[in-house]
Amino acid sequence: MPENTALDVPFMEVNGELCKGCQLCLAVCPKSVIAISEKLNSASYHPAFYTGADCTGCGLCFYACPEPGAIRVFKP
Amino acid sequence: MKTFEKSAGFFPTFERKTGPAKDATHYCPGCGHGNVHKMIAEAMDDLGLTSRTVFVSPVGCSVFGYYYFNCGNFQAAHGRAAAVATAVKRTNPDSIVISYQGDGDLAAIGTAETIHAANRGENICVFFVNNAIYGMTGGQMAPTTMIGQRSTTTPQGRLEMMHGNPIRMCEMLATLPAPTYIERVAIGDSKHIMKARKAIRKALTVQAEGRGYSFVEIVSACPTGWKMDPVHARDWLIEEMLKVFPLGVYKDESDTRDEGSWNRRCDAFAPARVNEYLDRLKSTLGESQPVLLERDLHCKFAGFGGQGILTLGLLLSQIGMRAGQHVSWFPAYGPEMRGGTANCSVNVCSGRIGTPLVDNPNVLVVMNQPSLDAFADQVADGGVLIVDTTIVEGRPDAKRLRPVLIPATGIADEVGTAKIANVVVLGALVAATGCFPRDFCEDTLRAAIKKRSLVDMNIDAFGRGYEYVKNAK
Repeated sequence: MPENTALDVPFMEVNGELCKGCQLCLAVCPKSVIAISEKLNSASYHPAFYTGADCTGCGLCFYACPEPGAIRVFKP
Repeated sequence: MKTFEKSAGFFPTFERKTGPAKDATHYCPGCGHGNVHKMIAEAMDDLGLTSRTVFVSPVGCSVFGYYYFNCGNFQAAHGRAAAVATAVKRTNPDSIVISYQGDGDLAAIGTAETIHAANRGENICVFFVNNAIYGMTGGQMAPTTMIGQRSTTTPQGRLEMMHGNPIRMCEMLATLPAPTYIERVAIGDSKHIMKARKAIRKALTVQAEGRGYSFVEIVSACPTGWKMDPVHARDWLIEEMLKVFPLGVYKDESDTRDEGSWNRRCDAFAPARVNEYLDRLKSTLGESQPVLLERDLHCKFAGFGGQGILTLGLLLSQIGMRAGQHVSWFPAYGPEMRGGTANCSVNVCSGRIGTPLVDNPNVLVVMNQPSLDAFADQVADGGVLIVDTTIVEGRPDAKRLRPVLIPATGIADEVGTAKIANVVVLGALVAATGCFPRDFCEDTLRAAIKKRSLVDMNIDAFGRGYEYVKNAK
């Protein structure tokens, strides 16, 4: 969870270790607030991450993501 | 606060999964299976069905369903998921049964099971993930591969005249009267995905309410098999696959079928029914009387087809059954009614029998030479080996085993027909093992031989086999 995220605004978070870098969340995000890391995770994928602002909590990235535990979305 | 996160329909960690990554699935990046898994797990949990759901995994990429779903799990042989699901549902009508299958499993090897489960209107959910290719085995052509689509077995693209057309399962099944709800959805854009989520929830609800068979086809991407990156694969799915596999509801009678009307119970294997059947079977042998069995018999009888090998096993089983023992009879034979090889395994035990197979018999009967060659070494030390010396030329190892040499077919011929050699052998077996009293066996034979005119000849044959061994001792 990004440090500057207050719990009264929507946000999403990616578990960088579980993400396989397929980028489907980027493709469906209406606000384009997800990006791909330049770093590799331990499974040698470039994971997605939340750029830190403007998430609406719509949850589309959650359902587009094939990995059960990779994305969480919070909507107050 | 609304949170979208890993559903409680999944195991918290995937402990059954091999390897170190116990939180991630085994699927490739961008695979549609993960999306479908998430929606099923979520629906199970939201609808409160997890504790009574049984998930039947297929063969294919989703073979490891039991790694993930926090419910009852089965893994079926290739294509048989709908048949397994039928059994689970009928024997446990209160369970919620999911048959989860890919296109190779469901539409190729399991076509028969798929169609007949649908035609019976089994009250189950079939979730059919169609990605137009055999994914797990390396991207071969599947029944749903599209015309022109390249795969490892159609490198020039699928040709209608060579390979036929892609099968549309929803359309086919919708012609049947029994299914309740049939819809095709897709893991394409977000709208598709949310529709798919709704369809999965609906199917589970139809089943939970006992309204009958649901079939949800989920058109899904296989980026690895298609050799595309995941985002491009989903675009291609939307542009190309949905032309061949149009989305929509193909059948929906969920509103017109009464709640519970498609629940059915199959109690054929309920203990009371089994006992009733066994009692009826036993009563045909006359009144049973407990006879003490000193030593459990683990027998193998082997010879040519037509020698009465299987009947020999049945007769011994019936004697054991009438004596109040546990018995099993397990035949193994080729397709030929005469002349092929045949053998059967028979257990007669004072305790319950774990397996009907007999790997190391303590009684072996061989009525031809190949059987002696094949099975003599498997006999337990000190075991009885009965050899029909009229036919078998070889002789067993008399140091390790207890050979009983008897010209059974010759004796049978004297009795009247060589076909009765098996009963001569039975007499020899009873004499050699001392398992049951002679008169008890004869009484059982009188009841077990269905043709009344043959009873006397059988008793004669049995007696001669018995006497031969007794006199030889």
